[in-house]
Amino acid sequence: MLAAATIDSGATAWVLVSAALVAFMTPGLAFFYGGMVRSRNVLGMLMQNVFAMGLISLLWASIGFSLAFGGTGAWIGNLDFVFMKDLATIAELPGYTGDFGLIIPVLAFFGYQMMFAVITPALITGATADRMKFSAYAVLIGVWAVIVYPVVAHWVFSPNGWLFKRGALDFAGGAVVHINAGAAALAVVLVLGDRRGWPREAMPPHNLPFTILGTGILWFGWFGFNAGSALGANGLAAQALVNTHLAAATAMLSWLVVEKLRSGHATSLGAASGAVAGLVAITPCAGFVGGMAPVAIGAVAGAVCYLALRLKTKFGFDDSLDVIAVHLVGGLVGALLLGLFADTKVNALGFDGLFFGGGTGLLVDQVVASAATLAFSFGVTFVVAKILNATMGIRVSTEDELVGLDQSQHAESAYQA
Amino acid sequence: MKLITAVIKPFKIDDVKDALKSAGVQGITVSEVRGFGRQGGHTETYRGSEYQIDFVPKAKVELVVDDSNADAVIEVIRKAAATGKIGDGKIWVTNVEQVIRIRTGEQGPDAI
Repeated sequence: MLAAATIDSGATAWVLVSAALVAFMTPGLAFFYGGMVRSRNVLGMLMQNVFAMGLISLLWASIGFSLAFGGTGAWIGNLDFVFMKDLATIAELPGYTGDFGLIIPVLAFFGYQMMFAVITPALITGATADRMKFSAYAVLIGVWAVIVYPVVAHWVFSPNGWLFKRGALDFAGGAVVHINAGAAALAVVLVLGDRRGWPREAMPPHNLPFTILGTGILWFGWFGFNAGSALGANGLAAQALVNTHLAAATAMLSWLVVEKLRSGHATSLGAASGAVAGLVAITPCAGFVGGMAPVAIGAVAGAVCYLALRLKTKFGFDDSLDVIAVHLVGGLVGALLLGLFADTKVNALGFDGLFFGGGTGLLVDQVVASAATLAFSFGVTFVVAKILNATMGIRVSTEDELVGLDQSQHAESAYQA
Repeated sequence: MKLITAVIKPFKIDDVKDALKSAGVQGITVSEVRGFGRQGGHTETYRGSEYQIDFVPKAKVELVVDDSNADAVIEVIRKAAATGKIGDGKIWVTNVEQVIRIRTGEQGPDAI
């Protein structure tokens, strides 16, 4: 057992760099989505993402971190760390003892986790594109960052959380980030309604080069997201980095193969989407699987997420940029496949999955964790969105929607004629 | 004087410009436009959803010439813009009442 005061400089350096890598993912996400919207809404999309870096960071420092990682409760943290109380001086976090002891300063962990809290609600913007009031968006993600994200983070990430204790695994946020944000996105879309004209009108992406650029930034930042979650500069971080890359690479190829077979062309948007689907699916698995498992996970994720695109037209909800197909479905694919591919030879703190002699125990825990996250996030977000819609209204007027978010919400234009 | 307007394939714009310059034309105006003719549009596929794109990108060239040069200029544009495939575009000619050079106030053919 490590003494609480043992701070490893290599580990600390890697986690600090990883925090910067994850911070870079939010502007990356902004460009990934920004390229896919119509030109009159691109600033609205970029702004919603960048704005999260401001608001959510402050909320995280004020209360979010404390609700996620304070105290020893199973269901939610406490208020011990509100306004960053004691974070710079405390020796260890509740639950992070023994095998789970941190070898980095608590403040480094706080900063690293802050970047996760920022990007998670930003993922919702892809589903609500082109029609949500900026003011309502600001209130929605602010509330969400206090009453939804920290709760799920506590359940899954904190060693005191009930899902962690139960044995569910989530290395870097398959449930906390992707299932959580995907379920919330679905809830908001159901309250918000479809874009005017959807699905009759063509709404093609206005700048796919932005989307490819954003994909590159996301892929790059994801090494901090997943390999940084080892919270050390060690073999496990290397394993997570390799897994992350192989899953993204394979998912890109598998998406393209299915796309080519089903619709005739391998598209650049397909390559970008497939890579992100693979990154999402490997997120929970990154530090628990090894060998060729990431290739299998990526292959399944690319194909399944492509096929999941049809859900929105089948069920008639305008998930504009496919947050549900890529993040919710991709997160579920990763969480469930971890129940098959987890290997304690890769990480002794994990459990063996079905294919590695662990039986169905882990798979059941993964199902429970995924279902609990999905149900909680969807339910609470739906109620919050309904209340906001009844009070301030969450959708822009028809005229504002036709003019575009850039002009109607921000009094700007991205492209001067 | 005639206004000659040509809507052509965008990648032919440089060929048309060079041919007109060689023929002694002093100036043209070009713009990026979209439209459809007999060529129709095309389909694009984004994440498995096919969209019909009805308006095809085209380049529009406009220039005013003296009556005596009109037929020759039209032929220069037609030759330079032609690929022989559908969608090569159109040229049309309209009468122009007056042309004025802003700097000097010259009028008529002198201002061309």
